[in-house]
Formats: sequence, structure tokens, C-alpha cells
Amino acid sequence: MTKDTNAHAADTPDLSRRGALRCMAFGGAGTLFMLSGGVLAPMDLAAAATPAGKKAHTGVPLFVQISDTHIGFNKEANPDVQGTLKETIGLVNAMPVKPGLILHTGDITHLSKAAEFDTAEQILKGLRVTELHTTPGEHDVTDGVGEEYFKRFGKASKNKGWYSFDHQGVHFVGLNNVMQFKPGGLGAFGAEQLAWLEADLKGRSASTPIVAFGHMPMWTVYEPWGWGTGDAEQALSYLKRFGSVTVLNGHIHQIVQKVEGHITFHTARGTAYPLPAPGVGDAPGPLKVPADQLPHMLGFTSVSEVRHPQGRTVSITDTTLPPRHA
Amino acid sequence: MIADTPRRSAPLQASLAAALALLCGGAALTIAACSPNTAQAQAGSVTIPIKNFAYMPMTVTVAAGSTVTWKNLDGEPHTVTSTDGLFRSGALDQDESFSFKFTKPGVYKYICSIHPKMRAEIVVK
Repeated sequence: MTKDTNAHAADTPDLSRRGALRCMAFGGAGTLFMLSGGVLAPMDLAAAATPAGKKAHTGVPLFVQISDTHIGFNKEANPDVQGTLKETIGLVNAMPVKPGLILHTGDITHLSKAAEFDTAEQILKGLRVTELHTTPGEHDVTDGVGEEYFKRFGKASKNKGWYSFDHQGVHFVGLNNVMQFKPGGLGAFGAEQLAWLEADLKGRSASTPIVAFGHMPMWTVYEPWGWGTGDAEQALSYLKRFGSVTVLNGHIHQIVQKVEGHITFHTARGTAYPLPAPGVGDAPGPLKVPADQLPHMLGFTSVSEVRHPQGRTVSITDTTLPPRHA
Repeated sequence: MIADTPRRSAPLQASLAAALALLCGGAALTIAACSPNTAQAQAGSVTIPIKNFAYMPMTVTVAAGSTVTWKNLDGEPHTVTSTDGLFRSGALDQDESFSFKFTKPGVYKYICSIHPKMRAEIVVK
């Protein structure tokens, strides 16, 4: 198994008020969140690939994120997306301590077909994780109303695709930015969802750690390919007052991370196929890579909580599929 | 607004029309009906290939009563989704087609709901 980490903490928040927190100079891998007094604060940190990182993985897994499983895809970029999803599930199931829940950030299927959803559901049942939470991707709702998606995954959100819940003191917000598009081709939440989000967050203590998850990036990763959410700014304005916000998405099948104030943005790899880096090539179509490189470009994201003398920390770790032996 | 029911056709059924359209596109300079950005069809049907994440061409002008067929040639699925909800193809995988008959004059804008950067329009005279 390859562990990979991608920390690019552009902005380290002022930690001086938290005397207990000391900058740990691990350097290199992963993002670690110091949780102190309920505040998750991102720091640069080595995590997975180092002995210290190994320690981190013995922490309490809060949740796992998988994304972009694209069941139904059968082109040469990965003719066996069912196989790579099963492999991913095997890795999640092999985690020494089971995460309490799993988030799927959309594009469960490739063409929104009932048979694809049936297959995906069947495979996802292999996860030995109690709770599965999902948000739709645009590939899941190509009929315009998401009939097959909501039939299976609509209960929690009353068929809207946005909803919230709490888990181990963390407030989770699932968002839907794939069912109405802004002029210009970016994703959008829309007025109704934004009003709901504002109301959902209102009255919550600023010390409540927030995890917001949805399919498309909630900042503009690459505008010419529509890799962003047109009205994300408004959503973020409701989130800014919280001491710790983690924003997770899929859609772009590769990892990009940034930190702004107390908000950490992290995109997950898919389990199906890679997409080109922003602006590389003509269009964001499936990227065909040599077979031995594919596993390294697929995988999942795990978020763990670690207890240590300085307090509680949360780390984001990206895990890729193991190399294949010819 | 009155419109005929959208119709999905099997790749084979649409292949002739698509081939003609591509051939026509190749000779665009000599055939005014297939110039890159404003195509005009006088007869009853036209095929618009979808290739490299684009509807080709982006503006097509047809006479009322014409049937427009889109065929996706990309390995990535696309949709033909009218911005006012009049027609919607659902996901078209590679070589799949979708047809819609335009009965009333007007400008009909549409996007790919998977890649909403892809925009085009049908002008019905």
C-alpha cells in the first residue's frame, strides 16, 4: 500500500492563543489538525510515510472518503472500475480500527443507469462500515432529476442532496452542487440550499468542527474546465466563523489541497480513473496511463483523530491502491 | 410549447446521418449549410457530432419541423440538455445518439449537464 500525502498549507493559522499547541517539525507529508478546545487547526506535518505517520494511523479513524467510483465506465483508462472499487473497499476494511462512517462524494455511477446503481450498491455493501453518506455527482443525475440516485440515496436529504448530521462531536454538512449550473459552467448550490446552509449553521458554536462535503470543488480549481462552484463564496461566508472547517470533494480525480484561514480544502482521488492536471491537454477526459501507474492514481482519503500529549489531532491521509505485479 | 417526444436512437440507426454530417463538415468551405459556426439546414434533419467536448458547430439553424440528432463521438459521456427544460438526452455514451424535433421557431440553448462549459444553440426559423 502506498501512502501519499499532499500538504500545501498556504496559511498557518495563528496558534499562539493555544499554548498547548506546538509546531511539530515533521515536514513533508499530510495535514495534521490540532484539536484543542474543540478547535481543529491545520498544521504542516509529516504523516503517513514516516514512523510518526504510522503512529498517526493507529489513531481513531473518524471517517473515510471515497469518490468518483464511476461504475459503468468501461473505457481503456480503466476497464475494471468494479475491481478497483472492490480493491479500495478491501483497503478500508483492512484498516486496523474501523472508521465510524464513510462519505462518498459522488459520481457513484458513470451514466446514472439503474443497473449501474444496482452494481455500485452491491459492491458498496462490502464496506464494513456502519454508515454510508453520499452526495450526488453530475454523472449520477444526468436525467436531470436524479431519479435513480435519490431512489437509493435520497432518504437522508429528502431527495434534495443536501443535509447535515453529527458524528463524534463533528458537524457534517453534505452539499449538492451538481444539479444547477451557473452561467459560465461552474457548479452551483442555488438559493434554496444556501438558505438552508445558513440556517443549519446558525446558532452552532464556533468551536464545533465542521466537515462540509460535496462533489465539485468548492473553490475554483480551474475555471476553463468548470472545476469550481460559482456560488461557493456565499457558502464559505457561513463557514468562516468556525474554528475548524474541512471541505472535501471529488470530481477532479486527483488531489489538490489548500488552506485558507481555518478552512482546509481537500479534493480526493477517485477509485475509477485519473483525470489530467488542470489545463493539461484539451479537455478533462479520462487519462490513460501505463497499467503499472494506474493504482498509484486511485484510492481513498481517511481522516483520523489522534490523541497525544499536546491534545487531539486530526490528520487527512490519502491512500492509493497497491502496485500490481505483472 | 408543443414539441415532439425526444427519441433515443441506437448508434447504428444514427450512423449514416452522423457520417453524412461529418463528411459535410469536412467540406464546410464549399457548403454554406455546414460552415463552422452557423449551419443551416433546409431539409428535415441534421446531425450534430459531439467531439472533443464540443457541439460541432455551436450554432445550427434549421427550419421548423426539422429533427436534430446529436451523436457523441467522445469516450466521455455528454448530454444534450436544454436550458429551459424542453429536451434532455440523459447521458450519451460514446457513439450514442439523441434526436429531437423542433416544431416552433425560436432559439433553443442547450448545455452538457456533465460538462456545463459545453454550450450551444439551435436556431429554428
